[in-house]
Amino acid sequence: MTRHAELGLTDGEYDRIVELIAREPNEVELAMFSLMWSEHCGYKHSRRLLSSLPTEGPRVVMGPGENAGAVDVGGGLACAFKVESHNHPSAVEPFQGAATGVGGILRDVFAVGARPIAVLDSLRFGEPGESARSRYLLDRAVAGIGHYGNSIGVATVGGEIYFESAYEQNCLVNAMCLGLIETEGLIRAAAAGVGNVVVLFGARTGRDGIGGASVLASAELGEADSDTQGTLSPGTSKRPTVQIGDPFEEAKLLECSLALLERGLLVALQDLGAAGLTSAAAEMAAKGAVGLDLDLAKVPLREAGMQPFEIMISESQERMLCVVEPEHVQAVLDLCEEWEVLATAIGVVTDGGRLRALVGDAVAGEVPVPALVDECPAYDLAPAAPTTPLYAAPTRVLDDATEPAETLLALLASANLASRRPVFEQYDCIVGSRTVRRPGQADAAVLLLDAVTDAGAVAGARRPALAVSIDGNGRRVACDPYRGAVEAVLECSANLACVGAEPLGLTNCLNFGNPEKPHIAWQLSRAVAGLGDACRALGVPVVGGNVSLYNEGGGGPILPTPVVGMVGELPDAALAGQLGFAQPGDTVALIAASGWAPSLCGSELAKLRGTAPVGELPAADLGELRTLHAAVRQGVRSGALRSAHDVAEGGLAVALAECCVAGGLGAEVTVDTAEAALFGEGPGAFLVSGPHDALTAFGAAARLIGIVGGDELRLAGVLFVPVSELSDVHAGGLARLLG
Amino acid sequence: MRARVLIRPKAGILDPQGQAVERVLPALGFEGVRNVHIGRLVELDVEDPAHLPAMCEQLLANPLVEDYEIVGTGEA
Amino acid sequence: MKFGVIQFPGSCDERDALAAAARVGDAVLLWHRDPDLRGVDAVIVPGGFSYGDYLRAGALARFSPIMVEVERFARHGGLVLGICNGFQVLCEAALLPGALLPNTSLRFVCRQVDLIVVNAHTSWTGACARGDRLSIPAKHQTGRYWAPDPVLDELEANDQVVLRYATGNGFNGSSRDIAGVCNKAGNVLGLMPHPEHAVDPLTGSADGLRLFESAALIAA
Repeated sequence: MTRHAELGLTDGEYDRIVELIAREPNEVELAMFSLMWSEHCGYKHSRRLLSSLPTEGPRVVMGPGENAGAVDVGGGLACAFKVESHNHPSAVEPFQGAATGVGGILRDVFAVGARPIAVLDSLRFGEPGESARSRYLLDRAVAGIGHYGNSIGVATVGGEIYFESAYEQNCLVNAMCLGLIETEGLIRAAAAGVGNVVVLFGARTGRDGIGGASVLASAELGEADSDTQGTLSPGTSKRPTVQIGDPFEEAKLLECSLALLERGLLVALQDLGAAGLTSAAAEMAAKGAVGLDLDLAKVPLREAGMQPFEIMISESQERMLCVVEPEHVQAVLDLCEEWEVLATAIGVVTDGGRLRALVGDAVAGEVPVPALVDECPAYDLAPAAPTTPLYAAPTRVLDDATEPAETLLALLASANLASRRPVFEQYDCIVGSRTVRRPGQADAAVLLLDAVTDAGAVAGARRPALAVSIDGNGRRVACDPYRGAVEAVLECSANLACVGAEPLGLTNCLNFGNPEKPHIAWQLSRAVAGLGDACRALGVPVVGGNVSLYNEGGGGPILPTPVVGMVGELPDAALAGQLGFAQPGDTVALIAASGWAPSLCGSELAKLRGTAPVGELPAADLGELRTLHAAVRQGVRSGALRSAHDVAEGGLAVALAECCVAGGLGAEVTVDTAEAALFGEGPGAFLVSGPHDALTAFGAAARLIGIVGGDELRLAGVLFVPVSELSDVHAGGLARLLG
Repeated sequence: MRARVLIRPKAGILDPQGQAVERVLPALGFEGVRNVHIGRLVELDVEDPAHLPAMCEQLLANPLVEDYEIVGTGEA
Repeated sequence: MKFGVIQFPGSCDERDALAAAARVGDAVLLWHRDPDLRGVDAVIVPGGFSYGDYLRAGALARFSPIMVEVERFARHGGLVLGICNGFQVLCEAALLPGALLPNTSLRFVCRQVDLIVVNAHTSWTGACARGDRLSIPAKHQTGRYWAPDPVLDELEANDQVVLRYATGNGFNGSSRDIAGVCNKAGNVLGLMPHPEHAVDPLTGSADGLRLFESAALIAA
């Protein structure tokens, strides 16, 4: 096998490289291209699709393409946010994979100058009841997220977890972060100013992340084994290493970075993530249309004897690259020393547009920057709808024709619906003193915009807040990638509406299988189309995101899983919505779109009954839903709705149970008793409660269905279950499965 | 010299880490395992090993809840 | 009343403590390498992961330069409050008896808990009444309070047990459900739950404010 093939480059790509640099690349240059032209860094199969997403809006202050996107949140402040995947590392080492995923997304946010205020995580694993490995991955990934987020002191305020056998070999760990900054302070990554100095600061560089894909390592040792495709024999000093995160180092790095920016010492800032120094330097140079000379001999190393290519591609964590005017370099180095952060001038901005990796005076590698970045190939997809089922039917755990009470309890106990408290209690959700709605209290997290209260502030003054939610449902996207993706956007918007928040912007992570396969290409293109249409219809711009492809193994591809993170604003945190029923005597109502048509297709109940994810999802009238969300939002803001909960997985009966459990109150309601009406799913319905007069004033959209009170959930003619039993089953579901 | 300090929880204090490991080993097929305790290892090159007990008392171990054992391994 | 909140590398909740203290008095941050306490009337050692919890939680922070001043201040009767990691630091420094060990469950837990005020006569609980129930969040992985039985007996006899977890509220396995203890003189209090995160009904409860108010009652 050719050396470029071992690094993941096609023959066509190799030829193109030779054409671009007018010669054969040496080993360092080939390593640089192999990473910059990888799917993860180059977005080869997704770039053209993503250009169809709407990215503009009156509140957008930084769109896609920078380390994070940002929206205007009033008062001269901007909120920077983004979601990123760390799927493959988490499957290898879930604790460190998830931890470094959090570390990476934190760096993306403070790389634009924003102070991180919250983290959310969207996780997917195989069935816990069936797979010890999936239980292990869940346990370790959660521990890793908690370890990193808690240690660095950024609140983890929300997330979601799904279990499906299609994720057994390819778990998903998507981490989202949001931060705040004065709008004028946002910094970009473009290097500028020929003669300016490039400074690397943070942790030392080791061999983290240099792994099986880097067969150059084995070639250097002369131990290349074509059968093993580049895996190194154990016992060598260049064994592949997992990225290890150090939140303590990152805490210092964060404060140091923000301090440098506050003092106006930096021209540009970039964090080192995938493909390490190569990617950071190439991106900075490309954005600024300049060149960079890097002297690798100056890079502080953690291990002796590292080769130039290793230094260029190392993924050691907690490192940042910045560009500094020569007269400010000493001040930068001094400030870093004060923060006990290692800092070294390692290069200089040049003209001529070339990225040169030097060792002292010797040139180890030299590539035109556009070749690495702009010239990275972009491929068209060749989508074709699948003609055979892609996903096996799940194991049946519930008979058909069960009594509604039994069905309800089975759903509440199931892995996808049971209480996530055992997980979210492992996260510090309150550090920073901003958290108005903690996990489990409402459909979205709510965070004060201004955490520090002026002791002289007027009591009762309105305190503005942000709301954030992260959502996706691979099962439903598998049924219909277009409508499933639309639903993901609607879900986020509905969750924000339930706390009284208006969406400002969206970030997305597209987790799919191998896009070179026509049926996966079809899933991806239909999903992106749905994402775009939903964003346009709701008026929510996409400010950034991430793509993770090739998530498939011997057992087949993952469910197509677009994950959406949405940030919104609400003017008065004191009126932030909650999900649990609030007061006995409140009227219970269902606020639903006229087109709301819940069906069992793609539902959790269908899954419990062993149904594969196929079938037609209901269509959504996006215009009507936009109006509906606004009405619910306004109802929460005015205090008319004392509780509001989006009807989602598990359908209306599960939503009722969740509201009873969260509020510690029963309810008596009358609803359509057909199974599809009770447990069917589909966008466009909210379960709310409030004073009777306020709800009647809501108009025809609010169907009054009952009253809060007592200690049982009573669905007339269908079921009555003590709230305590609902609570026990819900609370114990995950614990029972995890053992 | 190269010294190694083993630090272990004092007997009689609940050691849930040790208990957790003791529970998992049989599940992996290892029977007859009892009395598992989890501690810490500190390795260091020292010029004067006479300082080691003081280092342990003052920093490396918490004498209220931990015991320590100094093991010298000769040349650094 | 001037509060000083110590900031170590890795502290997380120092700004929260600062904001809480600022509701009842003046408050300043004291960097761990500062040479003195800048004339504050009360010192708060905050929560977080000072020095990454390396070696043992609080083991390294306890030797920070400013802790020499804190120890002197405490031994002269100055008001000192150690919250969570701060409690760990004070125990490592032997300003308080006992030690904090890993939670029995071995997991980090973040949860709102009810505490019972056992001793309402300390400098930090003077604004409370014995038996008061305070709703305060706790978030830690290494919060199991332990001391040898004779020491625990002595603490209880001397009214040095200041706060206990209400029945069913403790989750870390602390001996005798002890949530907070003070020194013999009652000027140094350490507790694992976070009163600085219970000062505003909007973000939870305001019960924690009473600890800061207690200190503010004691004019310098």
